[in-house]
Amino acid sequence: MPANLSVRPPVRPAGRTRPALAAAARRRALRGWGYAAPTALLVIGLFVLPVLLVGQMSVSDWPLLSGNQGINAPQNYVDAVGHRYFWDSVVFTVKYTVIATVLLIGLGLGFALLVQESSRWTAVLRTSILVPSALGLASASLLFYALYSPQVGPLSPLLRSLGLADGPVTFLGTPDSALWSTVFLVVWRFAGFYMLLLMVGLQGIPHEVLEAARMDGANRWQTFVSVTLPLLRPSLALCTVLCVTGSLLAFDQFYILTKGGPDNSTLTVVQLIYNVAFQGQNDLGVAAALSIVVLVVLVVVNVAQLRAMRTGQED
Amino acid sequence: MTMTAPAPTPARPRLRQVRAPRARLAGIALRTPYWVLTGALAIVFIFPLVWAGVASVAPQPGSSQVDGWGFGNYVTLMEYQAGLPRYLLNSTLVSGLTVLFTLTASVLGGYAFSRFRFPGRDVLFLLTLAILMVPYATLLIPLYVMLNAVGLQNTLVGLSLVLTVFQLPFATFMMRISFDAVPRELDEAALVDGCSSFRALRTVLLPAVKPGVITVGLFAFLAAWNDFVAPLILISDSDKIPLPLAVANLRAQVMGIVDYGATEAGVVVMALPCVVLFLLLQRHYVRGFMSGALKG
Repeated sequence: MPANLSVRPPVRPAGRTRPALAAAARRRALRGWGYAAPTALLVIGLFVLPVLLVGQMSVSDWPLLSGNQGINAPQNYVDAVGHRYFWDSVVFTVKYTVIATVLLIGLGLGFALLVQESSRWTAVLRTSILVPSALGLASASLLFYALYSPQVGPLSPLLRSLGLADGPVTFLGTPDSALWSTVFLVVWRFAGFYMLLLMVGLQGIPHEVLEAARMDGANRWQTFVSVTLPLLRPSLALCTVLCVTGSLLAFDQFYILTKGGPDNSTLTVVQLIYNVAFQGQNDLGVAAALSIVVLVVLVVVNVAQLRAMRTGQED
Repeated sequence: MTMTAPAPTPARPRLRQVRAPRARLAGIALRTPYWVLTGALAIVFIFPLVWAGVASVAPQPGSSQVDGWGFGNYVTLMEYQAGLPRYLLNSTLVSGLTVLFTLTASVLGGYAFSRFRFPGRDVLFLLTLAILMVPYATLLIPLYVMLNAVGLQNTLVGLSLVLTVFQLPFATFMMRISFDAVPRELDEAALVDGCSSFRALRTVLLPAVKPGVITVGLFAFLAAWNDFVAPLILISDSDKIPLPLAVANLRAQVMGIVDYGATEAGVVVMALPCVVLFLLLQRHYVRGFMSGALKG
């Protein structure tokens, strides 16, 4: 893509000389830079520089309060990978990511198919599913924190009155129930968003193609599997990339709902970074090293996903 | 919820024509499970919100509203530390500044990326999108150090600038494709008529990209209003924290005893503007999405 960086003169009415055209193009390029300047300033100042700085921090001894104390490579990385909870948090984060991605995309697609016909009721349904996505993840987590609480939450009495549970249900008390309770919250909060993305994808499928499949005698299921799904691939790929990235970086929901507990069983990698940097250990160097590890993994995962999607499309 | 009828998109009626005969064949017998299933779905998604609203004014042991219905929990919230008005003001300032910064950068940037050729254009655009790839936490640690170095630590302006950067990939992409969707003849005609490029942007293009601007603005507002991690790391003064952080802190006010009533009231105060804004702007929001994704 950077191949056509050269300044190309815009099409102008005939009758101008070459130097005049070049000067006009230069003026336009300058104006372009002028309009792009705020973006450039923000991107360089608050993105490129911090990324470079985090790289430097990851090889420096950098306590939270006293700042840079000189080079400490590769000890930060050794400490990061050797952290007591490093592998536990990696395993948990991957497990959470797989569960959340499968559920969110599966349900998002199901909901999108369910509400794509236009009627008054599907409009109500679509709005109901979308409303939670207006809430912040932190607000939603606080809401579910109360909803799940054994003292005031309505779910525990409800389950008991339905005969599904004997005692008070502790939604956040065991490692498994804490994980699934958080997954439920995340599905509630994000299903609408993925439904919307997939609805857009569904509407991009030309109806002639579906018509043709129907004419050829395909039933609904056959049409879905061999026409809709393959044509929906770009949207599904976009959703997967967004969902995997978002889930690998999960923080708010676990910070608020479980604080990583019980017994650090729901500690995600980003929570570990936060804890190392700001809670107790106060070691920004090791936290930066952990961040770099996460960054590299994320870039690799995303590149792999994009590549898989591209080769898939060539079939 | 009567204002929810979404803008019909061009493709949907055609899809319906294809399905209609089948749906009729399926008959009423198949419709009943459909109603039950979709009804249950709607309830699952709406119930937690309704419950939070009801529970925040319902009597509850251990909260500020023990007997009868009333607004005791909201009174607690009003008086918690710096007080609800202060936290609302902080949240409003942060959200307002973030929307302002995001719209300024992305409208001008989108215009530049869509209409001008300049050296470094593609690199800058890709760099902007690359912000998506970098984890929040990875950036917040160096930003914490950098904002300290330039004296913007613990300020709402610093927080807004950081939040703006995280909005930029989506906002810039959205504005670029919005401008791309407007025929070039429109602004070229204005330029030939002697408009400056800025005037062409303001008077001719801006009205044409309004749905994109609304979508970007809404996203920036919701993200800033709701953000939790950035203020958690960047703001240390308890009178400067925005609402979500204040409510999360309030929850842990007394060791071991959680004031669920005040927490619910806090959730309602946080969620209400978002839900109202979402319902009001739903049509624009969905349409902005549609036009964007169809082009992309």
